[in-house]
Amino acid sequence: MTIVPAIKRDYITKLAEQGKRIDGRGFDQYRPIEIETKVVNKAEGSARVKIGNTQVLCGIKMDIGEPFPDTPTTGVMSTAAEFVPLASPDFESGPPREDAIELARVVDRGVRESQVIQLEKLCITPGEKVWLVFIDIHILDYDGNLFDAASLAALAALLTTKVPISRFIKNLDEKDRASWQQQLLDIYTIPGIDEAPFGSDDTNNTQVTINDFPLPMIEPPISCTAVKINDFVLFDSCFDEEIIADARLTVATDHKGDIRAMQKGLSGSFSREEIQKVIKGALDNGQEIRKILNQSIGK
Amino acid sequence: MKSDRELINSEGRRLDGRSPHDLRKIKIEAGVLHRADGSCSLEWGGNKVLVAVYGPREAVPRHVQNPLKAIVQARYNMAAFSVEDRKRPGPDRRSVEISKVISEALEKVVLIEQFPRASIDVNIEVLDAEAGTRCAGLTAAGVALVDAGIPLRDIPVACAAGKIGGRVVLDLGKEEDNYGDADLPIAISPRTGEVLLLQMDGHLTIDEFNEAFDLAMKGCYEVSEIQKKAILQKYQSAAAEVQE
Amino acid sequence: MTNEGRQVVIPGQILGEIPALQPGRGTFVENKKIFAERLGVMNIQEKFIHIIPLKGRYDPVVGDFVIGVVLEASTSNWMVDINAPYPALLHVNEVPWEIEFADTEKYLNTGDTILAKVLSVDESKKLQITLNDRNLFKLKGGHLIEFEPSVYRRIIGKKYSMIEIIQKYTRCRIKVGKNGRIWIDGDADGIEKVLAAISMIEREAITFGLTDRIEEFLKKDAKDVR
Repeated sequence: MTIVPAIKRDYITKLAEQGKRIDGRGFDQYRPIEIETKVVNKAEGSARVKIGNTQVLCGIKMDIGEPFPDTPTTGVMSTAAEFVPLASPDFESGPPREDAIELARVVDRGVRESQVIQLEKLCITPGEKVWLVFIDIHILDYDGNLFDAASLAALAALLTTKVPISRFIKNLDEKDRASWQQQLLDIYTIPGIDEAPFGSDDTNNTQVTINDFPLPMIEPPISCTAVKINDFVLFDSCFDEEIIADARLTVATDHKGDIRAMQKGLSGSFSREEIQKVIKGALDNGQEIRKILNQSIGK
Repeated sequence: MKSDRELINSEGRRLDGRSPHDLRKIKIEAGVLHRADGSCSLEWGGNKVLVAVYGPREAVPRHVQNPLKAIVQARYNMAAFSVEDRKRPGPDRRSVEISKVISEALEKVVLIEQFPRASIDVNIEVLDAEAGTRCAGLTAAGVALVDAGIPLRDIPVACAAGKIGGRVVLDLGKEEDNYGDADLPIAISPRTGEVLLLQMDGHLTIDEFNEAFDLAMKGCYEVSEIQKKAILQKYQSAAAEVQE
Repeated sequence: MTNEGRQVVIPGQILGEIPALQPGRGTFVENKKIFAERLGVMNIQEKFIHIIPLKGRYDPVVGDFVIGVVLEASTSNWMVDINAPYPALLHVNEVPWEIEFADTEKYLNTGDTILAKVLSVDESKKLQITLNDRNLFKLKGGHLIEFEPSVYRRIIGKKYSMIEIIQKYTRCRIKVGKNGRIWIDGDADGIEKVLAAISMIEREAITFGLTDRIEEFLKKDAKDVR
């Protein structure tokens, strides 16, 4: 475990009292954000996000499998995070510890609960075959604020994901193909999907060839995280700030300015006023980050 | 499994247009991570690997310490999305074996006797996999060890040769690996020619083995030059910075 | 200072042969040939080839001044991180205070920072440090930053000239540990200026006249403040 020198802790809080941070940023200010998409060839979608020195890679894999019995016509998504020892001297190999599980679940909720992926459009044959979407988050370099980096990487990766129907079509029988064609007709009406996901083979007209097409998505909420050090609320904490933080609050807001997910972490507490302050900062920063995200996917 | 596709044609052209003695394209960059003591990112054909070195640091738990020398702990890990069919996260038997043979290969070149009780941790993350990830990982590990300032006898390097369509060729690609006749990955210390890692699967005659071995050695020397260039590119400008 | 020595070398690179040359720090010998064992800059002094490392952990040498962070206190000693591969031991006999048995935490506790001296390095690399010397003490207040141990000499300058100049223009107290740690005490503006000067020293490729350039930079900054 990293031991924080008391001097560093005191210096960060002393600076905060003067309205300053160790890297010269304002309390609400993020470090530079870079998003690079399509970085993994083998993945159906991928993105590498850098926030300052923090780097997170997210890859999306898809497969065909059975739906849950209670939701026979919806696709299935799952999210996992690996805190690989590559990213920090304090990360250990082995099964995911609670930090990695919390991160994966918060990213998962941000996507699932606001129905960013239109899972109901990922049904092939009701009750039998649906698309499975696996979101895998790989931490590459840990310098604080993994929540925002991971959720942004997941969104950028999902927004550039192509449903790999061309690879899977051979696994579908006649019934599945007919059912899937009907589903495709629905998906094709989704705004934003402008390339034809299927076409017919003119030569013998018996075989349907199908192109990969973008994952059906809606405008996602953006997560912004602040930490509390003494009585100060700082956004996008770097590692030195994060390890002395008392409390952490993540707020995901959508493009209409509504709140879509929240998560409070660590053993400190927030007052109602502080929570309002975080929401305000999350809205302001969320707008800026949304622009960067849209730019990265060529929108 | 044999392919009905022709992996190499009568003129000796391979599926990706390479001749039998050609390597795939390799790109190496040293010092790419902030938290690690040393790091390297490497692209080799369709492979993408990232390596971070931590240490030397006191080995934990205590019972793994060697009172006379450092231990080298390589950990080879494939990202879930690095392969066509998603891989379950975490170590499996294959990655444990590869980690072991890479650890042993690296231990031979690290001056481990300088750091009793310590461990040097080499984390190899495969982000995109397309045949030859262990060679890519070990080669990147060599650069990351240098970048971490670890004392070494030499910079280890790896490359494979194999046999496709009855011919011995260098550096198997994806299809060649899946449908070829044999694969022979080796790692060497290029200064001495000592073999640090050697594995083989498939079927080779003694003559074919000798030919493949020589070819893999040649490949190692080529890759070694790319490693050195990457390190010097990162640190050449630092030459003037140091005052004695 | 020899200019022909300014060459980046990499592990396994041949540097020369015995007896024309002799192996120094950061080299090893095989069959009378001298090789570099790590990434660094080659330097030849009176036939001895040394490698000045460009990267790597701090390699403790007896007598070095180091800045340590206390990892844990036990009944008769403390374990201290000095940025080396191993934590260093600070025994109760090696501090300037009279300490009752098991009272160590009252004097130094986890997270405390000290300016210490390397007392011993044994064959199995067990390290001991001491606070029993003048100018050694527990550091309070200020700020602590880390740098690559290889740029130590550049940061202190010739006969501490660099540090003296920085202290003069920033009104800060500065202690530089050979282990790649700097402690700076002063007001926030002063500390900020020191950080700017140090990152400039780390970045600057040409060492010739660097002290003058840093002085110029600090002077200009001082005017801007006024």
